[in-house]
Amino acid sequence: MDGPVPPHPSQARGEPPDGAEPRRHPTGSNEQPAAGFSRRRLLGALGIGTAGVLAGGAAGGALGRATADPAPAGAPAAATDPVPFTGEHQAGIVTPAQDRLHFVALDVTTDSRDELIQLLRDWTAAARRMTAGQDAGPGGAVPDGAYDVPQDTGEAIGLPPAGLTITVGFGPTLFTSADGVDRFGLAARRPGPLVELPAFPGDQIDPAISGGDLCIQACANDPQVAVHAIRNLVRLGAGVVSVRWSQLGFGRTSSTSTGQATPRNLFGFKDGTDNLKAENASTLERFVWVGDEDAEGGRAAWLRGGSYLVARRIRMLIEPWDSSTLNEQEATIGRAKGSGAPLGQREEFDPVDFTARVDGEFAIPETSHVFLAHPTNAGTAILRRGYSFVDGTDGLGRLDAGLFFIAFQRDPATGFVQVQRNLRTDAMNEYVRHTSSAVFACPPGVRDDADWWGRALFEG
Amino acid sequence: MSVRDRARLPLLAVGVLTALTAAACSSDDGGDSGGASGGASDTIAVAASDDACEVDVAELSAGTHEFEITNGGSQVTEFYVYAEGDRVMGEVENIAPGLTRPLLVELPAGDYETACKPGMVGDGIRADLTVTGEVAQLDEDETLAQAGADYQRYVRSQTGALLERTTAFVDAVKAGDIEGAKALFPVARTYWERIEPVAEIFGDLDPLIDGREGDQEEGQDFTGFHRIEQALWVAGDVSDMGPYADQLLADVNEIVELANEETLDPLQLANGAKALLDEIATGKITGEEDRYSHTDLWDFAANLEGSEAAVQALRPFLEEAEPDLVAEIDERFAAAEAELEQYRSGDGWTLHDQLTEDQLQGLSDSITALSESVGQVASVVADR
Repeated sequence: MDGPVPPHPSQARGEPPDGAEPRRHPTGSNEQPAAGFSRRRLLGALGIGTAGVLAGGAAGGALGRATADPAPAGAPAAATDPVPFTGEHQAGIVTPAQDRLHFVALDVTTDSRDELIQLLRDWTAAARRMTAGQDAGPGGAVPDGAYDVPQDTGEAIGLPPAGLTITVGFGPTLFTSADGVDRFGLAARRPGPLVELPAFPGDQIDPAISGGDLCIQACANDPQVAVHAIRNLVRLGAGVVSVRWSQLGFGRTSSTSTGQATPRNLFGFKDGTDNLKAENASTLERFVWVGDEDAEGGRAAWLRGGSYLVARRIRMLIEPWDSSTLNEQEATIGRAKGSGAPLGQREEFDPVDFTARVDGEFAIPETSHVFLAHPTNAGTAILRRGYSFVDGTDGLGRLDAGLFFIAFQRDPATGFVQVQRNLRTDAMNEYVRHTSSAVFACPPGVRDDADWWGRALFEG
Repeated sequence: MSVRDRARLPLLAVGVLTALTAAACSSDDGGDSGGASGGASDTIAVAASDDACEVDVAELSAGTHEFEITNGGSQVTEFYVYAEGDRVMGEVENIAPGLTRPLLVELPAGDYETACKPGMVGDGIRADLTVTGEVAQLDEDETLAQAGADYQRYVRSQTGALLERTTAFVDAVKAGDIEGAKALFPVARTYWERIEPVAEIFGDLDPLIDGREGDQEEGQDFTGFHRIEQALWVAGDVSDMGPYADQLLADVNEIVELANEETLDPLQLANGAKALLDEIATGKITGEEDRYSHTDLWDFAANLEGSEAAVQALRPFLEEAEPDLVAEIDERFAAAEAELEQYRSGDGWTLHDQLTEDQLQGLSDSITALSESVGQVASVVADR
């Protein structure tokens, strides 16, 4: 199962591994700061201030030890193989990103804590089976009795596990409802960081496709396997939960393992080159996994080994983008469209150099997405795990398409929120609209046959 | 122990169920709908008023009894005899003030409740009724056979009202009384929608009576309730609806005669209960059924009640075979009825086009959950 991970291209070339590369080293440039050098650029360059300290620390320590860390468990050898369901962390976070996504957010309609617990137990049992390539229930899709209702919906008969991972999360409203009610006796166990995301400039959030008491992320290398998983779990939830919204994704827009090629998003650009990778275990401890020190005196101890999931449906304004020049597109992103190399560099995994100049101008404009979002200047790192979507057309004949952005982080405030705040002047804003927003606390992994999702929350 | 004590349905659900019935029954001339094969050995007086329901006796011996209900109140009332789970053993609807009406009902030994419903709404004024005697120990097959007879009794109580209300509707249409016909349209349909599993057995009549525009075969005319609905709500002119009205009444007459003679087997009952919920999910939640009048919630309520009647007919069997499922079904019927009850409006319901997406989703979720439970009944029946 856990086959050898191919060497990262940058390692093959004897360069620092991907994770270490994002830092711009002032000594690496012969150029003196120009008179017009922005404060932001300087901060990034000198590694000072909050952002710089965080980024610098990561560069000097955690990110650089990639090769010392073992390959992550759960990386399937083939696209059809199963990914282990149990483990310290939930699968579907650092699992090498599969090709397909079906994501659903649900509201709990019962006020019964027992019914909610029973559902989480039922979901765990069904997920355990489906991730192993089995039917959702032991009765199967084709039961013995002709008048039995099949326990499985059947569309995955004959399909392999296809790397299916099922990841659940708990939204802020599970702990305290929007009108302030502690329905399940969980209010005192809500981790401090689990609050609705703040509004950002330019947001066009539709409440109908935002939020949720619970979420389920199903990823697989076969779309029918992912859809089958969500469909059967939703069915099990009848009478207990109500689907609030859901999203299909058809192409991963990030690589989460050094063994994966970087995919392209619907802008046609490679996306996720400098993403956090599964191989960088100690970086993940720092930026992705909730740790012992996040326990808040025991209140949030149940979440140790878990992570926060932020989901944003980011519509891309495809037609204006498509009709813009290559120069405009590359200046907006900050990378070359063909190679994926940072502007001013040659290869995709060449280090991003914010001081590099072309014809006297900075190669990477300070309004570019890479400049603003890069860990060097964002001062933090998140594990991106998004998917492209096309939801048909918008009624005006325009493609209703974009990126269903998913990020995992140890704390949304120092993860997505910090990154997004930094994107206020992002040139890409002209071409994107955030239309949904949600945040969930994903509990740690299911440990063994007796364990179930959220047990530490309800019983701990 | 009284029926009330043992009833799994919460009080709210009981109220909702009876309210559903009441909303649909605005007839002023309901006949007795209790079924009993033999003659009664006695006559039990029931004095119904606006705030009382005095039944002469609280204990009876098993057998066929005749109740005689006199409405001394100022409101139209109804009288019911319920077994556990509000399984209707017999009912008289629409007893106008001052009238006396009989109800023949066969009651095996057991615990029952009587209920008067002044104003034809609410939980009703209830009293315990204990029937003593040798409890017939039915085996499974007998219990299931009993289910068919129970449900047939229910069907007959509905077909009578269907015919009567359809006649009134047709008369209004032919008289050009548009407002009157509009008011009667959802009421007549209520009786139809409650027993649709039976009606659908007669495959050629169902589309003639209840087909929607565009559903017809090549060369077939668009007829029935919905043709007239279109004329009433879209055209606002029923001057050319006479032949359609006549045909509707003739078709309803025919199906009523057929349905009265039909006894469903237990599997048909189970599937019928599920099919009625599917009707709600596919036709009423979406507003397809009554697309011109938007009176879909009347049909919704009727389907729900019809589904419950079919399940309750199977109740004695299910209680033995799968008590946990019965409890779950009771709970989910109650939840669906409570969800629907939010949209009661006067004597009827909120129009479909006035419901928000959120409200429709709440209704949809409750039916989805209920369907998962009711869907299990067929398997239990088939496994006997």
